[in-house]
Amino acid sequence: MLDVCDLSVSYGTIRAVRGISFTVGKGELVSLLGANGAGKSSTIKAIAGALKTSGGAVTLEGKDITSANPEQVIRAGLATVPETRDVFPDLTVAENLMLGAYIHRRDHAGNRENLDRLHTLFPRLAERASQAAGTLSGGEQQMLVIARALMARPSVLLLDEPSLGLAPAIVERIFEMIETLKKSGLTILLVEQNVNQALAVADRAYVMRLGAIVASGTADGIRSTSDLSAHYLGG
Amino acid sequence: MAFAIQFLIDVLSLGGAYALMALGLVIIYGILRLVNFAYGELIMVAGYTMFLTSGSGLPWLLMAVLAVAMAVVFGILTDYVAFRPVRAKSVTAVLITSFAFSNLLQNAALLFISPRPRNVPLPDIFSQTVSIGGAITPVRNLITIAASIVLLAAVAFLMRKTTLGIAMRAAATNFTMARMLGVPANLIISSAFALSGFLAGVVGLLWIGRIGTVVPGVGLEPLLVAFIATVIGGMRSLPGAVVGGFLLALIDTTLNYTLSQDLLKFRDAFTFSLVILILLWRPEGLIKGPASGQRT
Repeated sequence: MLDVCDLSVSYGTIRAVRGISFTVGKGELVSLLGANGAGKSSTIKAIAGALKTSGGAVTLEGKDITSANPEQVIRAGLATVPETRDVFPDLTVAENLMLGAYIHRRDHAGNRENLDRLHTLFPRLAERASQAAGTLSGGEQQMLVIARALMARPSVLLLDEPSLGLAPAIVERIFEMIETLKKSGLTILLVEQNVNQALAVADRAYVMRLGAIVASGTADGIRSTSDLSAHYLGG
Repeated sequence: MAFAIQFLIDVLSLGGAYALMALGLVIIYGILRLVNFAYGELIMVAGYTMFLTSGSGLPWLLMAVLAVAMAVVFGILTDYVAFRPVRAKSVTAVLITSFAFSNLLQNAALLFISPRPRNVPLPDIFSQTVSIGGAITPVRNLITIAASIVLLAAVAFLMRKTTLGIAMRAAATNFTMARMLGVPANLIISSAFALSGFLAGVVGLLWIGRIGTVVPGVGLEPLLVAFIATVIGGMRSLPGAVVGGFLLALIDTTLNYTLSQDLLKFRDAFTFSLVILILLWRPEGLIKGPASGQRT
């Protein structure tokens, strides 16, 4: 489904991502783990087209999207939820969701159907439809950006640190949501620092450190490797 | 009573024109965080289109439509010539290219048309006056008020109710995120320039309708007015630009009514002093724009 091959990203002379390769199969939930500065977000941004790659290739369902711009990436079927939780604060919740369906803007019936489905999944968003997105709580904003990404009806969803800065109870809810999405058959690449929770929902995982992949395997396999904490603690 | 009506009409007609000018400038600034210094020349283009078509025998309304259309074309051209090639490079580069494009257009008018004022055809109704509640006022003031109400409502509708408008507002807060949802950057930017050109074209007609002639530097004053109005109102807020335009018109008109003949020639000094006071009180302008912003 999503194949990343020998991907590199550089900021000037600093190499943030050093030739990493991984795959996400159809219907799979793959987690990309690693401490702050491991290169996870740069990887996500490069896949999403928001950051130039300095080497390697990204293909989605066999289509090369390595040098695609963000507009082309979403049209190819890959939606991104950035870690910065970028709601459009001055737009209402409904307007935010409507823009999520920008690439399907002529398909009113399909969008309405999708919106109804998402409203059942995120009832809070239905209640707050006419409220400015900037007035929502952190957890609600996170739900909004996920729902907004789903309005594009993507085949792959990239979730960058969805639990970042949220209260434990909210994080719990977000992960339940991710579980539900996975069950619906959506292919998900989940980037997380929250190892335990990420591994609880993931089929497979890759561990990044200093821009390279240092471990990979099934969620259970990764969990049982004793050196996981070492990668985090820098040991 | 007559005095109050007179004052109100003056403020509203001047304010309507100022508000439209400011809106045309802030639409570009909101999205690109750049002041389009070639904005005044779009007004000039509308004026010269009127002058150049004046001998053609076309009905006035058709000439007016042509003038606005040319302003739209040149607005989009500004994007292609001055902004798009250097947009990703640096703010300074874009600032210089927009100045350069402004200069180029002005000099083209100087060279190919004339440095001297040229008459612009105006329908008779522009020079007629009417009496409302005892106040005598030029009909063109009422036309300006009507045109600004219609256009402000149309822009509000476009920005609030259409997908393109909502996408433009989204792009003004977070361009990258808007692109990640599939909103094409070039479409948004070109639309902003087209809308800006449209407003400049209409303002051109109303503005030149006051003076009756067009010169190469005709756009300088509207550009300045638009810039001040947006600074007062808040550089990144569309309602702010409108509020700023009306407030500036209120200040100007009040000074026109109250200053003695000797002091009137220093009106701008008084206006700017008041603007400074407003900015000391509200450095970000009256209405704060979207919280964060980034360029492409």
